[in-house]
Amino acid sequence: MFESIVQNLFNALQWGSFYSLIALGYTLVYGVLTLINFAHGDIFMVGAYIAFFVATFFLATLTSAPGWVVLTITLPLTMILTALVGVTLERIAYRPLRRKGANRLYVVITALMCGLILENGNLALLGASRKSFPEMIEKVVYTFGMVSLTNLKIAVIISAVLVFVLLQFIVTKTRIGMAMRAISYDKFAVPLMGIPIDAIIVFTFVLGSSMAGLAGLLYSLSYPILDPYMGALIGWKAFIAAVVGGIGDIRGAFLGGFLLGFVEILVVAFFPSTFRDLIAFSILLLILVYKPTGLFGVAKTTKI
Amino acid sequence: MQRFSVPLLLALLFGALVAASHTGAIDLYIQSVIMFIGINIILSSSLNIVNGYMGEFACGHAAFMAIGAYVASILNVLLFTKDKYFGPPLLPPELSLYFFPLVLLAGGAAAALAGMLVAIPSFKTRGDYLAIITIAANFIVTSTIINMNAIGGARGFMGMKKIIFSMEDVLELPWMLIWVILGTVFSVWTIRRFVSSTYGKGIIAIHQDEIAAEIMGVNTNRMKLMAFMISSGLAGIAGGLFAHILGYINPGSFGILKSTECLVMVYLGGMGSLSGSVISAILFTLLLEGLRFVIPWINTGLHWLHLLPDAYEVSQVWKWVIIPLILVLLMQFRPEGIMGNKELSDIFPRLKRWYHFK
Repeated sequence: MFESIVQNLFNALQWGSFYSLIALGYTLVYGVLTLINFAHGDIFMVGAYIAFFVATFFLATLTSAPGWVVLTITLPLTMILTALVGVTLERIAYRPLRRKGANRLYVVITALMCGLILENGNLALLGASRKSFPEMIEKVVYTFGMVSLTNLKIAVIISAVLVFVLLQFIVTKTRIGMAMRAISYDKFAVPLMGIPIDAIIVFTFVLGSSMAGLAGLLYSLSYPILDPYMGALIGWKAFIAAVVGGIGDIRGAFLGGFLLGFVEILVVAFFPSTFRDLIAFSILLLILVYKPTGLFGVAKTTKI
Repeated sequence: MQRFSVPLLLALLFGALVAASHTGAIDLYIQSVIMFIGINIILSSSLNIVNGYMGEFACGHAAFMAIGAYVASILNVLLFTKDKYFGPPLLPPELSLYFFPLVLLAGGAAAALAGMLVAIPSFKTRGDYLAIITIAANFIVTSTIINMNAIGGARGFMGMKKIIFSMEDVLELPWMLIWVILGTVFSVWTIRRFVSSTYGKGIIAIHQDEIAAEIMGVNTNRMKLMAFMISSGLAGIAGGLFAHILGYINPGSFGILKSTECLVMVYLGGMGSLSGSVISAILFTLLLEGLRFVIPWINTGLHWLHLLPDAYEVSQVWKWVIIPLILVLLMQFRPEGIMGNKELSDIFPRLKRWYHFK
């Protein structure tokens, strides 16, 4: 009994790590622009595909190199290329709308549409056949009694925590993080202070998208089947996790992701797996009803 | 004359369409396109109450459609057909013709009750937190249906075609077309009456400034409840019609993608413009169906020009790349949608001479 609880705990930590990594991207962009970047789940999917292509390319060219060398090349390259995709979206779709001062909801709809384009464009170009991700590092299973851990699981959890610490450091301690927080306070006063607002926004998208790329790589290492719609559901769920944590707050997204992971794994442990979404979302809904701005969110007071 | 021009025009259109489909002048495909246009009009204009006039961001409209569709279909199958789960019909099948509108309304009422579940959290929450509640509601509704094995679960629910046949046994007419047109006119008329009444202007006041509206004596909680219930109730009616047109429903067709379609139609038409919603629903459906024919032409054209490798065919998947692309471009050039927040008669003031629609 105890072992199965610990085993489920680690599974939940792994799932929670994926949700957290994606939710962090949502929350970063939201925190700066108050824009729900609905394309983020699909950027995660693009990240997984980029990782697939980069990894297969280097495995084919560097046949003699060991797997971890390929992985160390693939990791930064995937993050950079995914960041490029995110920045491109910002540059061609969101920025012109922002310049025109369009209603925020229209930008959200544009984001939704960009997500659809990425999803279906991928499906149309690469076909419906699922891609299986190459195995780069040997799977090592550590067994403690009944609990078994793979090295991958540990790597996923550790990298989620590291990313959280890094982002928290950037946002709260550095000058660029201060600029990001400043934009979220007052978008009109910030340029007057000499802060290059567009550069800061691009930096935010780079951070968020590269984390999505990292999540895509780790996800496809753990579950090596890729399909174009893999980002849709996980993206929506991660967004819900970010909101439950209190959207716009890094800690909130991190904890919200893990909370969702725990709830889902616990539901599957006790109920049939078809009940997963039903019970998980009902619990999250109850949390939102009692704490309408999420766990870490601060209620905005309006002055009359 | 002004007062009668719109009803007269609608009656003429209705008569012409019914006559044309009864005699077979327009084939079944065109009939179904017309019916889907009607359903999309109901969906977009009803979502426009909450997202346009009230300025909230509800993105789970398909959930209410699902509830309406399932309640209406189950009631109809239970009452009028022999089914392996529900047993023999409770009423003679000939009555289905007269009970059909009532069953549809029952589906709408069930959806409106479900809308209350979303409306009550909206008293405290606004904006993005409300968006999440509606998305979660959509997931909850579809996965509840998946887990109910008595109504088919993930496999879906069928048997609605028999209702249509028994209606046609009573009187040989294209009944679904008639019901869809009547339902569409009823919904648009209800919404128009609601938002142009003094009472209904409260929801526009909430959009402008909620606190000011409350100070001016608008009961904001009740207005929100009304808006959500009307919006989701009409979506339920649309769902009931949708279920009977297809004759088969499954939870997968009421997912977040359907909600996205509804959102797209609202923002394409313009927030808070009823005629915008109607126009965008028509355009969107025609675009969706038109691309079905255009894509093979593009395919043969590109192959003829040798721009594509021979092994690659432009498939129908491209439809869902082209439509979002068109919308993104439209948003860039006209960010407020087709009509903005104006009605048709605001853009062409001369039209006021000809019609009066309230």
